[in-house]
Amino acid sequence: MTSPVLVLLDHAADGALRPSAAELVTLARPLAGDGGVLGAWVGDGPGPDALAVLAAHGVAAVHVVRPDADPALSAVTAEAVTAVLAATGAGLVLIPSTFEGKEVAAHLAASTGAGVVTDADGVQLEDGVPVASKTVLAGTWTTRCSVVGAPAVVTVKANAVPAEPVAAPREPVVVEHELTVSPAARRVELVERTERAPSDRPDLSGAQVVVVGGRGTEGDFGPIEELADLLGAAVGATRVATDEGWIAKEAQIGQTGVTVTPRLYIGAGVSGAVHHRGGMQAAGTIVAVNSDPDAPIFEIADFGVVGDLFTVLPQATAELRRLLG
Amino acid sequence: MTPGNVPRVRILVAVKHVPDIQSERSLGPDGRMVRDGGDGTLNELDENAVEAALTLVEEAEDGEVVVLTVGPDDAVDAVRRGLQMGADEAVHVVDDAIAGSDAVSTARVLAAAVRRLSEQQPVDLVLTGMAALDGLTSLVPTVLADLLELPALTLATEVMVDETAGTVTVRRELDHAVELLRAPLPAVVSVTDSANEPRYPGFKGIMAARKKAVTTWTLADLGIEPDQVGAAGARTAVVAAAERPAREDRVLVTDGGDAGVRLAAYLVENKLV
Repeated sequence: MTSPVLVLLDHAADGALRPSAAELVTLARPLAGDGGVLGAWVGDGPGPDALAVLAAHGVAAVHVVRPDADPALSAVTAEAVTAVLAATGAGLVLIPSTFEGKEVAAHLAASTGAGVVTDADGVQLEDGVPVASKTVLAGTWTTRCSVVGAPAVVTVKANAVPAEPVAAPREPVVVEHELTVSPAARRVELVERTERAPSDRPDLSGAQVVVVGGRGTEGDFGPIEELADLLGAAVGATRVATDEGWIAKEAQIGQTGVTVTPRLYIGAGVSGAVHHRGGMQAAGTIVAVNSDPDAPIFEIADFGVVGDLFTVLPQATAELRRLLG
Repeated sequence: MTPGNVPRVRILVAVKHVPDIQSERSLGPDGRMVRDGGDGTLNELDENAVEAALTLVEEAEDGEVVVLTVGPDDAVDAVRRGLQMGADEAVHVVDDAIAGSDAVSTARVLAAAVRRLSEQQPVDLVLTGMAALDGLTSLVPTVLADLLELPALTLATEVMVDETAGTVTVRRELDHAVELLRAPLPAVVSVTDSANEPRYPGFKGIMAARKKAVTTWTLADLGIEPDQVGAAGARTAVVAAAERPAREDRVLVTDGGDAGVRLAAYLVENKLV
């Protein structure tokens, strides 16, 4: 591809860059032609911390778009991305595979004729055409899809590639754009938006290690949390656990909840129903503790323990604390 | 009923027929989902959309629910399930040229069908599930809304219609925030599986569904050229598909008192922590 690659830079309302930005920029670098990797930042511009991260990862230019409507609305962000595409001639757009990100991709498909692949875990160029890889059917199959439509829009899952800094960082050029959004993007009104208070634990979708509790916890997440905190891991849950109100709904891992692709997944009291597997089967290593030897999770576990999580987990935590010093 | 027998609330529900997720699902040599395994069913997540539509009509005490699907002959089972749950009418768009459509082409066919139904009688809401459990792209609701030039309110866990104001308000829960979104009617709304508990069709519902009509349309009926859909109209193409190999060297131990210690050793030896 001889054109630049554009990355939609995800950030919190307070301007804090989300981890997906450095990962997607790393993924974009070998794909970018003349003009390099460009960032699209929608909203009030990046602060020095965010700019430093973008410089370290090789972003050539950051296009800051200030729309005259709330960028939390996906239609507004899609028009901002379209404006940057028009200004830069980028042929490929990488977007984090969050619910909001996929909505932006859908708007781009409708408005620009873009070809869209969602939930990719890699992108390569073959004869100049972007080809995205992904796992499908609850993590049991892999596919590679070429994007014929232009521009090519690929939403990329968290942890698809580790973020790697460049050898010679350079301060990115900052290009400012003012945007008057169309009446179409104003069809939806954002009545209220409450950002969740940031947790001390890592973000579930991007975490390297995830410890998960299911029905077998019977509502006691104590052993799960203790192990998670020792490992610096995120805490997740099954649908049953969130439906029972044992833990907040945003902790639900599954094909309709959060999709996780950590290096290490540890499930305790998790049976491994297909709904749940759809959200975690692409994890690097899967560890399962369950008292039921017939639990389907043992079919995909690299290391399975048939036993009581209330004895196995605390013992493992104590031993790890000793081994890790 | 209001004068002229026009129902007060008219809701369309776009649904999809998908392979049962509990069955052995696979992709064919062309990279397309194998759909003739006989394990097809109404996409579970669409049951939440049908339920939401039925509830809204019940609350309005007058209205009509139409279920709509695009897909091969078998796909009629998806709208029949909607009828059994309590929908009043069903539409099935079926045409050989549709096979191999991507999300955008599918939305194009749905949009044409929604327009046709809106010409017959005004539509207040188009409801969908949050995603289809086969492709799981969740693109269709937003693309459909954009093609229809209607507002898209997606991933609703609550749907509140204010008929007097002519608006719909939804609550949605995202990874980092909770939002309330509002738009004028008509609108496209996708609901999540937390929105409600779908009803199970009883004997009465199943019997009543037998008398309900399923209208069948082809692409020609909707004025869509075959090259706009299917593989010809797709902007993405699957170039390779493979079943993932089973994980190797799997270890299963039964706790004899030291499984926690062995688990810790496994994590450390494999440099996982």
